[in-house]
Amino acid sequence: MNVTLRRVVVTGLGALTPIGNTADEYWNGLINGVSGADFIKQFDAAKFKTRFACEVKDFKVEDHMDRKEAKRLDRFSQIAMAAANEAVAHAKLDDPSINGDRVGVIWSSGIGGMITFIEEMKNFNAGDGTPRFNPFFIPKMILDIAAGHISMKYGFRGPNFATVSACASSTNGMIDAFTYIRLGKADVMITGGSEAVVTEAGIGGFNAMKALSERNDDPKTASRPFDLNRDGFVLGEGAGAIVLEELEHAKARGANIICEIVGGGMSADAYHLTAPHPEGLGVINVMNAALEDAEMKPEDIDYINVHGTSTPLGDIAEITAIQKVFGDHAFNLNISSTKSMTGHLLGAAGAIEAVATILAVKNDIIPPTINHTTIDPAFDSRLNLTLNKAQHRTVNAAVSNTFGFGGHNATVIFKKYEA
Amino acid sequence: MSEIANRVKKIIVDKLGVDESEVTPEASFTNDLGADSLDTVELMMEFEKEFNISIPDDQAENIGSVGQAISYLEEHVK
Repeated sequence: MNVTLRRVVVTGLGALTPIGNTADEYWNGLINGVSGADFIKQFDAAKFKTRFACEVKDFKVEDHMDRKEAKRLDRFSQIAMAAANEAVAHAKLDDPSINGDRVGVIWSSGIGGMITFIEEMKNFNAGDGTPRFNPFFIPKMILDIAAGHISMKYGFRGPNFATVSACASSTNGMIDAFTYIRLGKADVMITGGSEAVVTEAGIGGFNAMKALSERNDDPKTASRPFDLNRDGFVLGEGAGAIVLEELEHAKARGANIICEIVGGGMSADAYHLTAPHPEGLGVINVMNAALEDAEMKPEDIDYINVHGTSTPLGDIAEITAIQKVFGDHAFNLNISSTKSMTGHLLGAAGAIEAVATILAVKNDIIPPTINHTTIDPAFDSRLNLTLNKAQHRTVNAAVSNTFGFGGHNATVIFKKYEA
Repeated sequence: MSEIANRVKKIIVDKLGVDESEVTPEASFTNDLGADSLDTVELMMEFEKEFNISIPDDQAENIGSVGQAISYLEEHVK
């Protein structure tokens, strides 16, 4: 089958993050180096090794839906709706002239409705064994339901599902959405991801893996990618939403074109459950695949928004891979980890980091890697890791990397739109 | 109004997100109060919990309005 791939542009953004409850607020937080970390408010973490996280602040569900609807949605779906609503409004998709059959939704999460699962099992275990499960238990918990809710609200009847690849989930989803539009299977796709697992099980589970920072005496500086004293990631919650649209469709309706999505790459480490491949094999492959898909050379890239979770091994493996792919051009790049500010949103990380990368391309500003105090000699001093302060530079093209437990890797490339 | 009726109304207002004035004896859960099949199941479960009884499925099927719920509960709650 020979097909001509259609061009795809970004026409809407939404974000609900630990450092801002709209895409604009989030961007302001990013360029001002705001930390979203604080002591956990959603449960009593006194006995946990980690007592802090990057939670969403001042989220009022009643601002986004009525009480009855809110009751049917797990928190991960509630925040999905908030971000998707913003992106749909931003893209002006609430327009009767748009054919809903040609608009799809691919919405991701790493875990889905964990809060609902915990609540229902707590209730069951507190009883005498008589099953009294709420009829909304399953449709609240299942991970694909956020995509379903978005479609139902707006009548988007195109392709509709969820992708799961742990912390690469929403990048995988975005690449799927991009591919469907390129191939002509849809004209517009709402894509993104949400995560809400700042719970006993979420913190306890990641603590058991020794994945989380335990810097309880100074939560705000705990997420410190590339710093010698980094000690794990900081769990975050939130959502990001991106509207992708076929170029001619966007032009025909006079949509605001923010930038173009030009390539996506996917690979596996095929190495270990949680540890990165020591030479970054899967990560080298995924960046090369994305560049090839975009028909770009390493020299065409200006900025990499890295996965950079602030774990001792992961940060080194990723930078090693970047140097292998980009050679000496690695020293011309700006590299930054916005997880230093937002924490790690797991299945929503790819979505909010895509929003950051898109806005870097749009605004020619690189958001920083904050909390850096001590140089780690493992990183070549010629690399520009955008430490502590945002930097201005022209960003023609930028890469966003995400990697998930299980060895999943996904990378996307955004570029300034040129007619 | 009986104490049971008041408790029933409170549950319906809470679970279906409707205004108290809409919860009249004649009001049908599905036709008037916007309940779908899952909402109806949830309502029965809430009645069971609130009144500490068990409503068999074949009887729950006959409880479609506010008045029917109140009558059933007044009859069966000790």
